[in-house]
Amino acid sequence: MPLLRQIGATVVTLFVTFLGLLMVTFFISNVIPIDPVLSILGERATESQIEQTRERLGLNEPLWKQFGIYVSNTMQGDLGTSIRTREPVLQEVAQRFPATLELATLATILGVLLGVPAGVIAATKPGSFFDQSTRLIGLMGYSMPVFWLGLMGLLLFYGQLGWVGGPGRLDAGYQMSLDFELTQYTGMILLDTALNNRWDMFANAFSHIILPAGILAYISMAYISRMTRSFMMNELGQEYITTARVKGMPERRVIWVHALKNVMVPLITVIALSYAYLLEGAVLTETIFAWPGLGSYITDALMVADMPAVLGGTVVVGIAYIGLNMLSDLLYRLVDPRARV
Amino acid sequence: MSTLTTWLRDPNPASRMQSRLGQSYLSWLRLRRNPLAMIGLMITAVLIFVAIFAPLLAPHDPITQELGRRLLPPGTAGNILGTDDFGRDILSRILYGSRITLYIVLLVILTAPVVGLIIGTVAGYFGGWVDTILMRITDIFLAFPKLILALALVAVLGPGMENAVLAIALTSWPPYARVSRAETLTVRNSDYIAAVKLQGAGPIRIIWGHVIPMCLPSVIIRVTLDMAGVILTAAGLGFLGLGVQPPLPEWGLMISAGRKFLFEQWWVATMPGLAIFIVSLGFNLLGDGLRDVLDPKSASK
Repeated sequence: MPLLRQIGATVVTLFVTFLGLLMVTFFISNVIPIDPVLSILGERATESQIEQTRERLGLNEPLWKQFGIYVSNTMQGDLGTSIRTREPVLQEVAQRFPATLELATLATILGVLLGVPAGVIAATKPGSFFDQSTRLIGLMGYSMPVFWLGLMGLLLFYGQLGWVGGPGRLDAGYQMSLDFELTQYTGMILLDTALNNRWDMFANAFSHIILPAGILAYISMAYISRMTRSFMMNELGQEYITTARVKGMPERRVIWVHALKNVMVPLITVIALSYAYLLEGAVLTETIFAWPGLGSYITDALMVADMPAVLGGTVVVGIAYIGLNMLSDLLYRLVDPRARV
Repeated sequence: MSTLTTWLRDPNPASRMQSRLGQSYLSWLRLRRNPLAMIGLMITAVLIFVAIFAPLLAPHDPITQELGRRLLPPGTAGNILGTDDFGRDILSRILYGSRITLYIVLLVILTAPVVGLIIGTVAGYFGGWVDTILMRITDIFLAFPKLILALALVAVLGPGMENAVLAIALTSWPPYARVSRAETLTVRNSDYIAAVKLQGAGPIRIIWGHVIPMCLPSVIIRVTLDMAGVILTAAGLGFLGLGVQPPLPEWGLMISAGRKFLFEQWWVATMPGLAIFIVSLGFNLLGDGLRDVLDPKSASK
């Protein structure tokens, strides 16, 4: 059972990494100069109230015990209470998460649809004009600050051309219908409007999401096409490709079926990594597009020094990031028989 | 000149220095054949030139406000790229801003790769539990979302240039540790290391004198490719108000200032973004070209 053992090892690694993440956020929350008790009770708390709260929060315990409390709280889904809104951080994060997920998912789908074919074609004609331009377009994607690209996109496609909706997830007129007329199954507007048969609203939501998603997709395309190209180059040098060609198989089938099938294996890892990266890259994009997701939640909280919210959001993004990393690792082992040995 | 090139191309170098310079000369010839890399090198050279001579090149002071001349469009006499909302010349601010960008990049590449190099070589050379512990820590840091961790760190340390540099450095050392560990593993059991060991050299001397030099080429390639990322992260922190503080002309900060009147006075946010884009593209092109030249694996393809 080598596969099971490897899954076991992955789970252990996952747990250790998770503990490491919590250690870092715990360390950060302990060095901030903000007194957690005063931030909960306010300036006018009495001496006994302060002592009570300290006891309740476990602040009188030794540091390692406090860390234990922190870990067990987090495992039970208690990420603390936001100073700004006095709501549990987990609840707020859960409200915000679908918006980020929707953005990152659409961006990844677009990035894969554009990046994989571009990389394959570039690999079949190395040095060609197409190859060179894909490389340059990719390098440009790596070189642009995403927030600037977002602003330029808004300036051109929203301000000048009027092709897309502006910041936010919906036009103001639709915002009310979202809250009152729609059954929210997933929190992802594109899915919810489709499930509710509100196609007018779907079109409006799409016009709002397409620009931020397109910008994130450009960045993930840059990465995916580059990796696809190098995997494909590697694959096309293999003997089974020569065999297929010698057999007289059409070149199109050799490349798009035989080679691509094997390229998909390492590509899964790349796609998962770029998905994880987009969850994070959404931070700056969401700020530009007033997108009510996790990224803007963290940055908004930063501005008012709401540390429980910042750290809670960091933990959630971290868990998603670690989870995707591990998932890609597991998928890789499942798909590639060679990796199981 | 011709005697110099024959000396450099001499197949039987008389000294170690001649051989080394000859190798560099050959790499340089290969790099010169790559037009994109040469464009990258030129952009980098211009950046350094501008950063050094900013006071001579800039037509105006980058900080002094001139409220009578606020938000002038590009092409105005005396303000080629226009002015911002305080009437400051955008071109002058971009020129001075190159100093801040270069300063941040230099600070990061003088710290993060060094830390990564030490951790990676020590882990690779000693192996065993030292390796396991160090690499597990590296993996944990690699599994973190970089930008968010940097955000959280700056939030704690307080905004400012030095803290931004510290946050970027703290989140960018792990790849260097990985790379140098991999390089160390390939040379660790080679004969020349065994020879040095027999001469009685201790681990510190072996790592410092005989392992680290072997790791340098890969680390240098990585550094050049990382520089664009450092610039983008620093600009992102500046944009969020967590990096360099006003009134300093940091490019990310300038974009965030121009965001308020993006649709009316587009140039205020656009120009500094172009500067970031050109400089990062330069580093990326140079790094891409350098990798083709210095990395024997990709050169053979």
